[in-house]
Amino acid sequence: MAYQFKKELEKPERFVGGHRLCAGCGAGITCRAVMRALEPEDKAVITNATGCLEVSTFMYPYTSWTESYVHSAFENAAATCSGVEACYKALRKTGKVKDNFKFITFGGDGGTYDIGFQSLSGAMERGHDMVYVCYDNEAYMNTGIQRSSSTPRFADATTAPVGKEIKGKQQDKKDLTAIMVAHGIPYVAQSTFIGNFKDLHEKAKKAIYTEGPCFLNVLSPCPRGWQYDTALLPKICQLAVDTCLWPLYEVVNGEWRLTYEPKKKMPIEDYMRLQGRFKHCFQKGNEWMLESAQQYVDEKWEQLLEKCR
Amino acid sequence: MIYAKDINEKTPWQGLTPGGEIYEPATSLTFNTGDWRTQTPVFLADKCKQCLLCVPYCPDSASPVKDGKRGEFDLMHCKGCGICITACPFDAIVFEGEEG
Amino acid sequence: MAHLDRLSGNEAVAVAMRQIDPDVMGAFPITPSTEIPQYFAQYVADGKVHTELVTVESEHSSMSVCIGAAAAGGRAVSATSSAGLALMYELLYVAASSRLPIVLAVSTRALTGPININNDHSDAMGARDSGWIQIYAENNQEVYDNYVQAFPIAETAGVRLPVMICMDGFITSHAVENIEMLEDQQVKDFVGEYNPEHFLLNSKQPLAVGPYDVTNYYMEHKKQEAEAMKDAKQAILDVAKRFEEMSGRKYGFFEEYRMEDAEEALVLIGSTAGTAKAAVDELRAQGRKVGLVKVRVFRPFPAKELAQALSRCKAVAVMDKCEGFSACGGPLFAETRSALYDLENRPKAISIVYGLGGRDVSTTDIKKLYDRLENIAETGETGEIYTHMGVREA
Repeated sequence: MAYQFKKELEKPERFVGGHRLCAGCGAGITCRAVMRALEPEDKAVITNATGCLEVSTFMYPYTSWTESYVHSAFENAAATCSGVEACYKALRKTGKVKDNFKFITFGGDGGTYDIGFQSLSGAMERGHDMVYVCYDNEAYMNTGIQRSSSTPRFADATTAPVGKEIKGKQQDKKDLTAIMVAHGIPYVAQSTFIGNFKDLHEKAKKAIYTEGPCFLNVLSPCPRGWQYDTALLPKICQLAVDTCLWPLYEVVNGEWRLTYEPKKKMPIEDYMRLQGRFKHCFQKGNEWMLESAQQYVDEKWEQLLEKCR
Repeated sequence: MIYAKDINEKTPWQGLTPGGEIYEPATSLTFNTGDWRTQTPVFLADKCKQCLLCVPYCPDSASPVKDGKRGEFDLMHCKGCGICITACPFDAIVFEGEEG
Repeated sequence: MAHLDRLSGNEAVAVAMRQIDPDVMGAFPITPSTEIPQYFAQYVADGKVHTELVTVESEHSSMSVCIGAAAAGGRAVSATSSAGLALMYELLYVAASSRLPIVLAVSTRALTGPININNDHSDAMGARDSGWIQIYAENNQEVYDNYVQAFPIAETAGVRLPVMICMDGFITSHAVENIEMLEDQQVKDFVGEYNPEHFLLNSKQPLAVGPYDVTNYYMEHKKQEAEAMKDAKQAILDVAKRFEEMSGRKYGFFEEYRMEDAEEALVLIGSTAGTAKAAVDELRAQGRKVGLVKVRVFRPFPAKELAQALSRCKAVAVMDKCEGFSACGGPLFAETRSALYDLENRPKAISIVYGLGGRDVSTTDIKKLYDRLENIAETGETGEIYTHMGVREA
């Protein structure tokens, strides 16, 4: 059925306020959007990797989730979810559980690209009927903005700082979405917050309601880590897709498809300029950084277009 | 059953749930994060076209929708990030004191 | 009716698992526990159990799977050894503090550094403070019986703690012995149906597990866990009593072997008890007043009961198949000597670290140790308190 924006917003919230995420946190927006894609008649069990989201949304005795929720550690959210899903199958066999449950896991980029990567890869390979949602804010934010393999090149992070000799992170961002596609799972997509959230909503819905393991990567800006005024989030997300830095696409059973093509491809420096973590890239003598960043985006974008053709 | 409302900093160990479990949904709703705000958004009903584009952007679920229309902010949970101000195409949300 | 079967320790555990028919098994191979998931996978393949076998990519994930499954409302099991248990370390604490009654079979093996696949207790002993109940076996019959008792102990209301069922790697896990088996239905009736009060898959009431606990709550939750471990003592005895009624086989916190008038005693864990019992018999035949305490339950530690059992002794040697690197003795020694402290006339106690990485121990070694204890009893001089048995010296 077509996306009915207003109807969707009238659904009861399944991720509620009173959580301790920072003002303007992208993770909260991601969770709300994904949970909205769950049909009202379905139940879910949420698994969460340790991180900002976990410590903020289940600080004893306050849970921000209407659904059952389990957190066990940082690096094992996918494996923990595997256990819940396996138990669901077993208890359906014995008749102890009769209702429909969906299994949704949330992890940050640290818990997904890095420390939780093995557990994620294993769960996807085994084929559990679950969705893994990465709220990607491109660094270890909960511990104070340390670089992760998701941090983009040149970004200032507390373990990849801008110094006299070395200017921010030296390596390109790991392309995790493509790596998840390589697992041969039925549905992989990346999205972020634009317009009326149709893109994220439809992808979350497909991910939840496609049988088997699905992966959703959602760029979720962090005002503290990215160093921008909280109110700018919608602009930053729009520029992330319009510069083609974070293209919106999905891969359904191995078929790549762009879900958004910018009317005009914007220069990457427009995106970078809004964020303090790239401030040094705009200093005299560092023009090569912007050129290099642009070249990287262009190459990745061309590769993606090739795959989507 | 032990309820979240009966758990506080004075509860003895016998009164807490084993392992820190909670058996109710959405207990954080009782927690006030509104006092984090340094700036408060104001919703200008006359300028609002009820496009609702501001609603999904709120990280704190603080823009309630009823019968297809958004209502006043939930100021118990709004942290004053101002994302809704940027998201609004009609300048129908401003920070208090900045009504222009 | 009970029947005999020839089984290795690993197979005995796998058979007990089949009889219990758990909901989920997290499985990952490691020597010497590998056979357990192998046997069990065949039961799954043959449709003999309803269990979901989750063949994960690491032991870290197998314990994570157990945590998810137990929180979801099912019975969850796994098996491991050595480095595998070490890799689970973080999750052992999570399982216990989340009060999830998981059962983990451990075929104990030396910890790497250097790598060694043979038996000692350094893996399980490394997990002794993780909040798990730990029950050790001397032989195949015991590991089978202990396994059958594990879930009823773990699931006791007021306990709700995970249980580690330990056997000596290779010595017990791979040796084949005659075991008196229980009928499938007997086991099923003994463990009963598992219906937790709260579980993730309860559509009528959600459950949230694993909060961030600030300072205001963390210590109270640890106190609860500590109390649960205390309560586990009674649960272990109650379940053992019920088990005895069914099987005729009696279990307690430890086994006292010829302790009635013993003046010199050994305290140890696991398969070495078999060797030590033979030595005790030989010395008893010579008129020596020697005895043995074989500890079955290490967590919760039966301090009071053990002290009572040793209260009439003059000298005690506590044997650790584990090096704790405390520079003053092994972990069983530390616990035992601490337990003896409250006795008015406490025996002299020494620490013997032995059998590391599969180093053999003979009746001759044990007899020499009793000679040493006899000397301590006579002279009142302990000499060096902390020594290693069977190690080459220059």
